[in-house]
Amino acid sequence: MGDPRFVFAALALSVFGIAMIYSAGLTDIPTPVSNAWKRQSVWLMVSIVAFAVASRVPLRWLEWLTPWIYGLALALLFAVLVVGSGPGTRSWLKFAGFSFQPAELAKLATILMLAMTLSGREEPETRLLRLWRPLLITFAPFVLVLAQPDLGSAVTFGVILICALFWAGIPLFTIFMLVSPGVSLLLGWSATVWGAWFVLVILLLYFHRPYMLEAVAVAVGNLAAGALATPLWNSLAPYQQNRLLVFLNPGIDPRGAGWHLIQSRVAIGSGGWLGQGFGDGPQKRLSFLPEQHTDFIFSVIGEELGFVGVLVVLAAFGWLLHRVVRIAVGSSQNFGSILTFSLFGAWFAHLVINIGMTVGLMPVTGLPLPFLSYGGTFLLMTFIGVALISRTALES
Amino acid sequence: MNSGGNGGGNPSRPGGVRSQSDVDRMRGRRARLALGLLFGCLGVLVAAFLRLQVAGQAEYTLQSTQNRLRAISMPPPRGSIYDRRGRLLAENVPGYSLSLLPGSPDSARATLDRLAPWLGLTANERDDLYQRFRQRPGSALLVRDDMEPAIVAAIEERRPEFRMVLIDTHPRRRYPAGTAIAHVIGYVSEISESELEIPDFESYEAGRTIGKKGIEREYELSLGGTPGVRFVEVNARGSIVGEFGPRPSVPAVPGEDLTLGLDLELHLLADSIFPDTMKGGVVALDPQTGEVLLLYSHPTFDPNLFVGGISFPEWASLRDDPMQPLLNRALSALYPPGSTWKPVLASLALRDGVAGIKDYMPSACHGSLQYGNRTFHCWKHSGHGRLDMSGAIKESCNVFFYQLGQRIGLDGLLSGVSGLGFNGRTGIDIPGETGGRYPPNRGWYDERFGPRGWTESVTLNLSIGQGETEQSLLRMAQFYAAVATGQPPIIPHLRRSEVMEARRVDWRLDLPEERRQELIAALARVVNEPGGTAYSVRLADWTLAGKTGTAQNPHGEAHSWFVGFAPAENPRIVIAAIVENGHPDNTRSLAVPLASRLAHRFLTDEGIPPSPPREPAAASAVSGASP
Repeated sequence: MGDPRFVFAALALSVFGIAMIYSAGLTDIPTPVSNAWKRQSVWLMVSIVAFAVASRVPLRWLEWLTPWIYGLALALLFAVLVVGSGPGTRSWLKFAGFSFQPAELAKLATILMLAMTLSGREEPETRLLRLWRPLLITFAPFVLVLAQPDLGSAVTFGVILICALFWAGIPLFTIFMLVSPGVSLLLGWSATVWGAWFVLVILLLYFHRPYMLEAVAVAVGNLAAGALATPLWNSLAPYQQNRLLVFLNPGIDPRGAGWHLIQSRVAIGSGGWLGQGFGDGPQKRLSFLPEQHTDFIFSVIGEELGFVGVLVVLAAFGWLLHRVVRIAVGSSQNFGSILTFSLFGAWFAHLVINIGMTVGLMPVTGLPLPFLSYGGTFLLMTFIGVALISRTALES
Repeated sequence: MNSGGNGGGNPSRPGGVRSQSDVDRMRGRRARLALGLLFGCLGVLVAAFLRLQVAGQAEYTLQSTQNRLRAISMPPPRGSIYDRRGRLLAENVPGYSLSLLPGSPDSARATLDRLAPWLGLTANERDDLYQRFRQRPGSALLVRDDMEPAIVAAIEERRPEFRMVLIDTHPRRRYPAGTAIAHVIGYVSEISESELEIPDFESYEAGRTIGKKGIEREYELSLGGTPGVRFVEVNARGSIVGEFGPRPSVPAVPGEDLTLGLDLELHLLADSIFPDTMKGGVVALDPQTGEVLLLYSHPTFDPNLFVGGISFPEWASLRDDPMQPLLNRALSALYPPGSTWKPVLASLALRDGVAGIKDYMPSACHGSLQYGNRTFHCWKHSGHGRLDMSGAIKESCNVFFYQLGQRIGLDGLLSGVSGLGFNGRTGIDIPGETGGRYPPNRGWYDERFGPRGWTESVTLNLSIGQGETEQSLLRMAQFYAAVATGQPPIIPHLRRSEVMEARRVDWRLDLPEERRQELIAALARVVNEPGGTAYSVRLADWTLAGKTGTAQNPHGEAHSWFVGFAPAENPRIVIAAIVENGHPDNTRSLAVPLASRLAHRFLTDEGIPPSPPREPAAASAVSGASP
């Protein structure tokens, strides 16, 4: 095993996750969540088996398998759009009594594919337009996931791309140029703010002097994105708009979209220093906290284990993620290294977005928390990731 | 300058291969950047949690409590009400309500079908209940609020069939004497929105039971008690989960029991002997203590109907009944006193020396009196002949009193009578009293009829208790109590004297004792001497004294009055009775035997030693005092 302490930390967090899911199921009126911990335990077993298998696969074989895995992922993403099911979205495939989320596989597949593409020993691309391959590799699943629609997961792909490029050594400014239209889109709601941003972009373009075509493409991209901001906002479904609005002010809709955030804060805040005690959290117990086993599992931790508990868990995550970075740095195997760092990025994004959501720093997106949130496919894919990182560590 | 930044390796070899050490260095730098971002974000998260959990703990703990804490009011047991002998007038009995517990719609349907024969549910009612059940899946559904105990027992016996049924008890008011005491006791029901605004009921909440009328209302604050509070925990759907540990429930403070001076026996007797088809009322007072012994109005109603809310058809039938059963004729109705007014005049005359008990008036009674160009009649068309005041009282001669009134003079009548409290309320401790009416001065007539719209002839009508005077039973009884005891009367009250501060009225009769005895003797002659208008109802064991009255009324037959007291030498009961239009055949006067029987009953029950009336002496020798 490559890095036993890392694997042990992953396992420990998962077991802790099962304990918290068990607590999440302790509501006064039993719901399906009451048995979720049992299902999660089963999935953990499966994941451990998968870990055992995947960590034995040499990275070179994996690299060879990658395009097939990627192809399979895309195929399943297409399939779910056609025959998929789910509450309000089409994100699940059901067969033989099991539910499977292709988006999770696609994240892993994209990481692999990007790692494969970017792991050559050549000089890293400096030219934005020459990055069309990684862009395309990411764009395809991004669009398919967005079509489900699953905004949160789609955003993860962007993060993966940036991390892969970042670790492959692409110059920071190039990455900046790539990302800038995205920022323009986000800032397009206010002409003044966007204007300031655009000025910044132009200034930076001037100082770094990329190729003309690139500069023009970036400028145009920013302009287009800025212009698209409003029509894109209008095309969002009301509930999606609501989610973003209440993120800014949950008081707008305290019974509807703001409910999750308000209840999460009440639960966490009332935990105080030491929490209400494992299993005893009143907000969770009386069903005031929604999605307490998935999106808001960290709120349960906050309510029941208090600030001390939160610190411990955050420290555990911090340690685990920093180990992943160390492994990525210490690996001379480019494929493995990029793969590892991309996984770091994906997990980091999930962590920040999920926990940030519970305290109101992020809008409600439905991204699960690695190792802790209930979710079979997600746990499985995460542990395969653990296996690949472990393999990378081994082969260093 | 090429695309730099801390970018890739050697710019002088574009398209070439970079060395592993370059890569490692690049990665080392970028790793530090990444880790910096990681710990930066974690730091922000920690700060956010710090703000919520440390700085915000108090506030969020409060919100957490507010989310799940509900205070449920526990109704206090209401005080019971007793009569002077400790008999129950109002009590609390358990009331049963039946609800359907949350569960599967199919079970609900089946349970409703099984309940139908017991509760008498029609198919429509069953469907309606079923729909309401389905609309609120997490809550219990109240099916019936007021169940008969027999049906409750039957359902409890068949528990396995009715698992979804919840039977709950709550206290319910009951008036065992029902119709006999309806008007005086009043009834209770749920507090209304407008009542919630009343400052006295500031602490009352919606859903609380409150006295609406009568004694129940008058003494609401002491009968009502204070509700307790039960703190329960609710979940996000609002369902009660359990008691809220940190806050123990506050027990309810029961209402105080109340004892009234009423005599339930009198009420029951009055209810049974009052002529069924007639309207009217009876009031009885204890002249020594001011306690009200009887406050009865007919027709009456069953106050138990109102408890828990009266059904609309029942309410409508009471409201629309032309006999007006809801009107309290003992308290809220005014009548012209008719001949019962004559002793008032006599008191004034005796007090002010205008005439003596043995004095005659200029004109004898031949059936009428001429005044100006108008003829004023006496009820006895053949006339009474020559009578002195005592005889005029005994035989109720109008002609005598027309002249007496003239002798007193209109001003004397107006100011004298007004000074005896006949304009306004007695102040009895029960809501709804209507104060009597009497012209206070000439100005009143001027305003009413215009300065030239009336003449002194109003004096004559006033003298015989007709015209612009209307009084209540209560007020007439109170005046006779003043005559009977020689003291300023105590303000009538329903509550027992021991706990009430007795307050005397602010007016004075001021009859010298000798004159008073003369008057009492005359009143005794009315009942106990042959020829007296109430001779037929004289009592064997006590001397009943009083005055009959026939009050003309423009709407029909004259009203029948009697106001009196017994025993005359040491009065223990003053009684005033009226039967509207109570002069069938123009011979019988229905109020008179009513009052007599009630007085007899009271004196018997109280164990007053008999003191039979003396044989009437020679007509002129009147001495009221008896051994």
